[in-house]
Amino acid sequence: MATLDDLKKRIASVKSTQKITKAMKMVAAAKLRRAQENAEKGRPYSEKMNNIILNLSSGISDKENAPKLLSGTGEEKIHLCIVLTSDRGLCGGFNSNIIKKAKAYFKKISEEEKTLKIITVGSKGYDQLKRVYKDNIVEKISFKESKTINYLDAEKVGKLIIENFEKKEFDVCTIFYNKFKNVITQIPQEQQIIPLKTSEVEGNSSDDNYEFEPDEDEILSNLLPKNISTQIFKAMLENSASEQGSRMSAMDSATRNAGEMVDKLTIEYNRSRQAAITKELIEIISGAESL
Amino acid sequence: MSEEFKIEIVNPERSFLSKEDVTEVVVPAFEGEMGILRDHISIISFLKPGVIKIFSKSGEENYYVEDGIVEFKNNNLSVLTSSIFNIKDMDKDKISELLKQAEVHSSNSEITDQDKYLVDQKIDVLKTLN
Repeated sequence: MATLDDLKKRIASVKSTQKITKAMKMVAAAKLRRAQENAEKGRPYSEKMNNIILNLSSGISDKENAPKLLSGTGEEKIHLCIVLTSDRGLCGGFNSNIIKKAKAYFKKISEEEKTLKIITVGSKGYDQLKRVYKDNIVEKISFKESKTINYLDAEKVGKLIIENFEKKEFDVCTIFYNKFKNVITQIPQEQQIIPLKTSEVEGNSSDDNYEFEPDEDEILSNLLPKNISTQIFKAMLENSASEQGSRMSAMDSATRNAGEMVDKLTIEYNRSRQAAITKELIEIISGAESL
Repeated sequence: MSEEFKIEIVNPERSFLSKEDVTEVVVPAFEGEMGILRDHISIISFLKPGVIKIFSKSGEENYYVEDGIVEFKNNNLSVLTSSIFNIKDMDKDKISELLKQAEVHSSNSEITDQDKYLVDQKIDVLKTLN
């Protein structure tokens, strides 16, 4: 059995761990509120963008010559996957959920004998994927320096994707991220962004007759690259809200577990202290009796 | 009949501006400046670098934009843009900083014709602001 001193030290260390997890939970809760606000504020932009694209693509006259970003390259050989994860750990199953979802998709791709390329955004995703998919990762991006999610970062990723697409490096592009539902539930998402699935674009198509200036094709080819960045940005916002939510609940349960552990250790400590006292008493009494 | 309509300017991070009492808006559309009044036909167009002028009862407001999309429908004007600044908030330093960036971009030899056109536009607009 552990000595009294050992127990005392353990109790102290668990208590300080608990302090840390509690502080982290508080920080995550504060950050979560901000991240959620940001995600909400960012919503009108992507919704409007979706609506306009929907209106445009339904009005497009010449389906054959539609921009490749919308209609695809006609092949489906090379798949590019953008895996969005966090840069920091200690957030429960947040990163592993995305990775799990992505790995299932990767497996499907390799079974169909298609080529797989991966871009990881966020260092945790790279850490988890590099062991198995090292040769598939073409780029790793991390925005550790940026304190907040900003559109410029998303635009960088978007431009990189467009550049690669124009060089015909891939045919299909899918992004993986966590959608924020509430603090305890985040749903890993898989969303195809190139070619754009217009049927999946939410929103209500209206039959309004728009006038276009310049014509539809030109607006679309200008708009679609922007839409890529917008989708990435939306995913990043959802992701950051999910990360904080996930961290908050993970740290909450860690704090609770530490509390339970302290209770258990304290009981053990008290028992062994009492046992030591009793033992001493017995020794004294039996010593006195033998006199 | 009222002559007012609604304008909403959103950027990716938030809703930038929302006004209900606008009487006229001039946007720098890709093919030239375009004035929009109430009951304009539904239109979608995109922007080149320039100045959005908003006229309302409370006065005139000017915003500098670098790119974006405008949609007008049912007397609702939506402007989606990723870079917008209120001209009142732009000081000389900010303008010359943007100008410098644009000039660097413009002197890049690998620039496409369309980009070149847009960047030159941007330089012109910034010079008039400066």
